Amino acid sequence: MNAPFPPRAKKRLKIATATLGGCFGCHMSLLDMDERFLERAKLVDFDRSPLTDIKHCGPCDIGLIEGAVCNAENVHVLREFRAHCRTLVAVGACAINGGLPAQRNPLDLGGLMRKVYCDRVDETAQIPDDPELPLMLDKVYPIHEIVRIDYLIPGCPPSADALWKFLTDLIEGRTPRLDYAHFRFD
Amino acid sequence: MASIDSSLEPILARYGRAPSALLQILRDAQEAFDWISPEVRSAVAHALDIPATQIDCLTQFYAHLYDEPCGRYRVLFSDNITDRMADAPALMARMLDQFGLEPGEVSSDGLLSIATTSCTGMCDQGPALLVNNRAVTRLTPERIDALCALIRARTPLDAWPSEFFEVNDNIRRADMLLGAACASGEAIRAALARGRDGMFAEMKKSNLRGRGGAGFTTAVKWEACRDAPGEARYVICNADEGEPGTFKDRVLLQSYAGRVFEGMAIAGYVTGAKKGFLYLRGEYSYLRAPLEAKLAEMRRENLLGDAICGDPGFSFDIEIHMGAGAYICGEETALIESLEGKAGKPRIRPPFPATHGYLGQPTVVNNVETLCKATEIAIQGGVFYAGQGTQQSTGTKILSVSGDCERPGLYEYPFGVSIAQVLEDCGAENAFAVQIGGAAGCCLAPHEFDRRIAFEDVPTAGAFMVFGQGRDMFETALNFANFFEHESCGFCTPCRVGTAVIARMMNKIDAGHGARYELNELNRLDVLLRTSSHCGLGQNATMALRDMMQKFAPAFERRLSLKDFEPGFDLDAALAEARALTGRDDAAAHLGADS
Ligand SMILES: Cc1cc2nc3c(=O)[nH]c(=O)nc-3n(C[C@H](O)[C@H](O)[C@H](O)COP(=O)(O)O)c2cc1C
Ligand code: SF4
Ligand code: SF4
Ligand code: FES
Repeated sequence: MNAPFPPRAKKRLKIATATLGGCFGCHMSLLDMDERFLERAKLVDFDRSPLTDIKHCGPCDIGLIEGAVCNAENVHVLREFRAHCRTLVAVGACAINGGLPAQRNPLDLGGLMRKVYCDRVDETAQIPDDPELPLMLDKVYPIHEIVRIDYLIPGCPPSADALWKFLTDLIEGRTPRLDYAHFRFD
Repeated sequence: MASIDSSLEPILARYGRAPSALLQILRDAQEAFDWISPEVRSAVAHALDIPATQIDCLTQFYAHLYDEPCGRYRVLFSDNITDRMADAPALMARMLDQFGLEPGEVSSDGLLSIATTSCTGMCDQGPALLVNNRAVTRLTPERIDALCALIRARTPLDAWPSEFFEVNDNIRRADMLLGAACASGEAIRAALARGRDGMFAEMKKSNLRGRGGAGFTTAVKWEACRDAPGEARYVICNADEGEPGTFKDRVLLQSYAGRVFEGMAIAGYVTGAKKGFLYLRGEYSYLRAPLEAKLAEMRRENLLGDAICGDPGFSFDIEIHMGAGAYICGEETALIESLEGKAGKPRIRPPFPATHGYLGQPTVVNNVETLCKATEIAIQGGVFYAGQGTQQSTGTKILSVSGDCERPGLYEYPFGVSIAQVLEDCGAENAFAVQIGGAAGCCLAPHEFDRRIAFEDVPTAGAFMVFGQGRDMFETALNFANFFEHESCGFCTPCRVGTAVIARMMNKIDAGHGARYELNELNRLDVLLRTSSHCGLGQNATMALRDMMQKFAPAFERRLSLKDFEPGFDLDAALAEARALTGRDDAAAHLGADS
């Protein structure tokens, strides 16, 4: 008789989150899950995230990205997440389409920078050139144009219910599926 | 302003200042003024008492209406894959070169612009182009040079050598329809002799199915229209023929117009419609005058008008409406919208046109070839007709054969003919692939050449494009992707966005930046468009792509990047402007490739 399979310890999933060019609204929605979030936190560990203050992402199961790709630093963070997360999810309109930050796309970057930094009377007018500061990209890009993305969660922000449903599906091994009510916004 | 009014007045008068004729009015105005200028726009809006935005709706929708000046000569090269295979891009480059223009750019003297259009319906005698809506066929470098000289000399189109505009029928195999001589009025008289019910009974027996693509049983459609409550009934002949690779309706209208019109009259006789419309694609403008002449002749012969052939209960007449460069207007409800003077956006079906069509009234919409078939049935009877072809596909079908073959043109066969037979007849035994049904059809590889043309197996509206050995099917898939992005009417999101995303991914793969990821996404988009688009355009837009990805996979794979994924643009270059603005060039001011 074959021996039964040895019981396996249930794997705790590791999640990382990041904000690129976003308003933290999507992260607020995560917190909006309230006590469900704490319940979820019992099943998962958080790696790099504004919620943990860990600065670099290690190997993870799920990465959630809020916000669009506006500058060089966003590109680096996004690449780090892609390199370490088995599953990478675009969360919210900015990550998916460029969203609000992409409103600058029809405008000329030089004109924009001069308007913000040079048309002022109070200080020495100059576009900042400190190497510490990330350079702006010519346009704002949705994250799927920079790295491969596995899933997306629509909304601005997606509701706590939508995030809850989506993450529960992912954690439990179902292909995530949002019902109409989860992305009906009117 | 005075000159605008004086030139506009006859146009407005021609259409009785009816807002429902807006598209026809704008087409004629475009011809008179070369573009719909703000002055023309407001003059028309004022004269018809409609908001000017209603005009913008049309100028922005129809490819052949311009709300910006595009030159006195507007040259549009046909961009269908068969034209491309016959070197159209090189010919276009030659012409652009001669005038020092970019595609779409208007010359500084306002003389001309040169761009592309989806399809001109001249695949059997391409490469072709349209100049101010007139088709010039069989382009060669010499012909291009001659054209350039004529344009430079500002020679009016009417004074161009007539052989430039010559359009041949190229009938290679004639059968029941193309081969039978038929005296003028013979079919109408035969139908009258059978009586309304008798003629309808023959239609039923014939089991005739529509030749426009969907293959709906014609008698069922006619019956629904006949029996639907309504104040008036209409018969529409769909001569939009926008499917790349189809050109059989062109030949039927050029050389068999009498049969088309008699078929319409018979449909009117059976359904009780008194009015018919021929919706003619803008690319076939050259056919308009001869068709009008044919209508006048038929009226003189009492084959149209009141009391046709002396039957006091049978009146029917036909009006020609012109399209203005929109593939979607071949879809029957979009066509009806266009006929009503609006942008051609498909309606929600049901209700179907048979009960709620033109002006909300019961309307039969049939393809040109279908209506010709009705004349055969009137003359020979339904049982004879049903004896031809296969069980579910009775009668004969005209194929428009083009591409890599020795004898492109029309081939009429009884339904059930094998692909291999057609290839043998047109001189393309060694074909690499065949695209059947146009861009919205399926792509067959050699192991399927024993399949048959019939609704039971390979259904088609008639396009049969042959690809010879050495052709790269990715090029075809890319051409179709660009076509559908351009022709999507934009009404529903899956198709509007889906066709654009597909085109973008295909162009990304073409540029060498695609990966497996894009192929997977294309497969996912195929399912999405097929299952959630509002009309047949979106539902069929990925059929060829899916076939080609499956059957000609290496053509796609050999273009893929070695990476798992890469952006479709140069990220470091995207920082260049910011580098210049800040004067920085340190390491952090650059983005290398993803490792
Ligand atoms: C995008 C699209 C384009 C079409 N283009 C044509 C066309 O050019 N000519 C045509 O007869 N039918 C065309 N059809 C099919 C028509 O909607 C309609 O089914 C046909 O005209 C009915 O006539 P039939 O029953 O005689 O085939 C098209 C359909 C779609 C969805
Ligand atoms: S999607 Fe909306 S909520 Fe989320 S980061 Fe963007 S703007 Fe904020
Ligand atoms: S499927 Fe495409 S063409 Fe048809 S209604 Fe939708 S957007 Fe328009
Ligand atoms: S109804 Fe608005 S895009 Fe389809």
